[in-house]
Amino acid sequence: MDGIALLTITVLAVFVGFEVVSKVSSTLHTPLMSGANAIHGIILVGAIIVAGQASDPWVLAVALLAVVLATANLVGGFVVTDRMLEMFRGRKRVAPPAGKPDAIKAESRASGSKEGMR
Amino acid sequence: MTFIDPVWTSLLYLAAAVCFILALKGLNSPRTARRGNLVGAFGAALAVATVFMSVKMDNVPWILGAMVVGSGVAAPVARQVKMTQMPQLVALFNGVGGGAAALVALLELAHSEDHWVRVAIVFTLLVGAVSFAGSAITFSKLQELMTTRPVVFPGLPTLMGAVLIAAVGAAVAVVFSGSLALALLLLVLGLAAGVLLVLPVGGADVPIVISLLNAFTGLAVATSGLVLGNVLLVVAGTLVGASGTILTRAMAAAMGRSVAGILFGAFKGGSTAGSTAVSDRPVRSSSPEDVAVLLGYAQRVIIVPGYGLAVAQGQHTAAELALALEARGIDVDFAIHPVAGRMPGHMNVLLAEANVPYESLKEMGEINSEFRTADVALVVGANDVVNPAAKTTAGSPIYGMPILEVADARQVVFLKRSMRPGFAGIENELMYEPQTTLLFGDAKESLAKVLSAVKAL
Repeated sequence: MDGIALLTITVLAVFVGFEVVSKVSSTLHTPLMSGANAIHGIILVGAIIVAGQASDPWVLAVALLAVVLATANLVGGFVVTDRMLEMFRGRKRVAPPAGKPDAIKAESRASGSKEGMR
Repeated sequence: MTFIDPVWTSLLYLAAAVCFILALKGLNSPRTARRGNLVGAFGAALAVATVFMSVKMDNVPWILGAMVVGSGVAAPVARQVKMTQMPQLVALFNGVGGGAAALVALLELAHSEDHWVRVAIVFTLLVGAVSFAGSAITFSKLQELMTTRPVVFPGLPTLMGAVLIAAVGAAVAVVFSGSLALALLLLVLGLAAGVLLVLPVGGADVPIVISLLNAFTGLAVATSGLVLGNVLLVVAGTLVGASGTILTRAMAAAMGRSVAGILFGAFKGGSTAGSTAVSDRPVRSSSPEDVAVLLGYAQRVIIVPGYGLAVAQGQHTAAELALALEARGIDVDFAIHPVAGRMPGHMNVLLAEANVPYESLKEMGEINSEFRTADVALVVGANDVVNPAAKTTAGSPIYGMPILEVADARQVVFLKRSMRPGFAGIENELMYEPQTTLLFGDAKESLAKVLSAVKAL
C-alpha cells in the first residue's frame, strides 16, 4: 500500500480514536485503559508474520519470543477486562452475607427521595 | 494449503478494525461494555485466523506452540489476579506488548531497504523499548517490589539527556546504515530511557504513567504496521495511541496536574516528593464507638473512599458497613472522585467487586451538591481529593484540582492512618475544623471496628 493511503488511514484513525474515547464516562476509565491495552496486543499479527518468514534459528527464536509476549498481551488483556466488566454487570446481585440488600436498598431509596422533597 | 485472495485478507482485516472501534465504543456504557470487549476479542481472533490463511508461512507448529505458551501463562494470571492488583497487571500486559513490537521491528531491519521504513523501525524499536522498561518499573512500584516513592538522584536529568541524545544519534545511524549492532544499542538505550522516565514518578502519579505508556505501545504498534505494510496494525495501534493520549490527559486533569509536570516535576525538585512532616496542631480524635453513634443516628451518610481504602483492601468492609447502615434506614451513597483508588475508575471496580449496588456509586459532579444535605461525610483513606486548599489556596500544589465538597456536610469523619499529609504533601485545613472527627488506624481495621459498633447500637 502506498504512503499517502497509509497516511490517510492513520489520520482518520486518530480522529476515530479521539471521538470514540472522549465520550467514555470516568466510571469506565479503568476498563477502557485495560481494553485499549488488549487491543494493541494485535501486534501478535506482526509477530506471526515475522516468525513465519524466519529461516535463521536465532531470528525464529526472537520472533517466537515476540509471539509469546504479544499473545500474553492480547489474551490476558481481554480476559482481565472481561473480569472487570463482569463485576459491573453483577451489581444488582444479592450480597451473600447480608440477607436482602435489594429490599433494603429499595426502602432506603424511598426514604431518600422523601428527604429530597423536604 | 491454499490461501485466500488478498482482497479477502484486506476485508477481514477491515472487519477486525471495525470490531476494535466497536469495542472502544461499547465501553461508553456499563450495559454495553462487556459485549464491546467480547467484540474486540472476536476481532482479534478473526485477525489472527486471517494472517494464517493469507500468507505462506514456515514454522507454523512453532508459532502455534508459542501462542499456547503465551495464553497459557497470561489467561490464568488474568483470571486469578485480585482486583486491587489489577493496575500492575495492566502495566505488565502493556509492557510485554511494547516488547513484542520492539522485537518485530528489530527483526524487520534485515529486510528493510527504504530509509522511510527504517525511520518507522527505529521509532518502533525505541518507543517499544521505553514502554517495556517503563512498564516493568511501574509494575515493580505498584507490586511494591521497589519503593513507591519517587527515585531521584543528582545527575538524573543529565543522564536522561545523555541517553536521549545517544538514542537519537543511534537512531539516525541505523536509518542510514541498517546496522543490527547499532539497532541493538538503540534497544538498550530505549530500555534505559524507559527506566529513567518512570523512576522519578511516585505514588499516585504512577497510574497516569501506565496510561501514557499504553499510548506509547499503541504508537509503536501503529508504526510496526507501517513497517510491515499491515493496515490493521496501523489502525489498531493508532486507535490505542489516540485513546491513551485522551485518557492520560483526562486523568492528569482530574488530579489538577499536567502530564509534563508529572514526568518532569521530580527533575525540577517539584512537589511530587510529598512530605512526611507530622503536624502537632490539635485535632479531635475519636473512638470507633463514637463514630458508630454519629453514623448510626444520621439520616444521610456519604462515604468517600480513597487510595487508603484500596491499599488496606477495605472495600468489602466498607460495603458491609453501608449495608448495616441501610438496614437502619439510613440513606448511604459512595462519592467517587475521578482519581480515587489507584487508577481512574478503579474505585468503581473495587466497590463493584464488593457488591455495592451500581446506583449507590455517585460521580463527583452528581454528588457534590448533595453533601449539604448529608449528616455525615465518612472519608476513608482519602485526603487530597477532599482538601479545600484546592479551592481556596492559590499557589498550593493541588490548587485548581476539582474536589469532593465534604466540608459542606454537617459532620466530617476521617479514617486515617496518621496525621501524615496526603500525596501532595500539604496540610488539610479541614482536619482542624470543629465539625471534623478523626479516627486513626488502618482503614480496614477501623471500618471493621466501626461496623461492629454500629451493629451493637
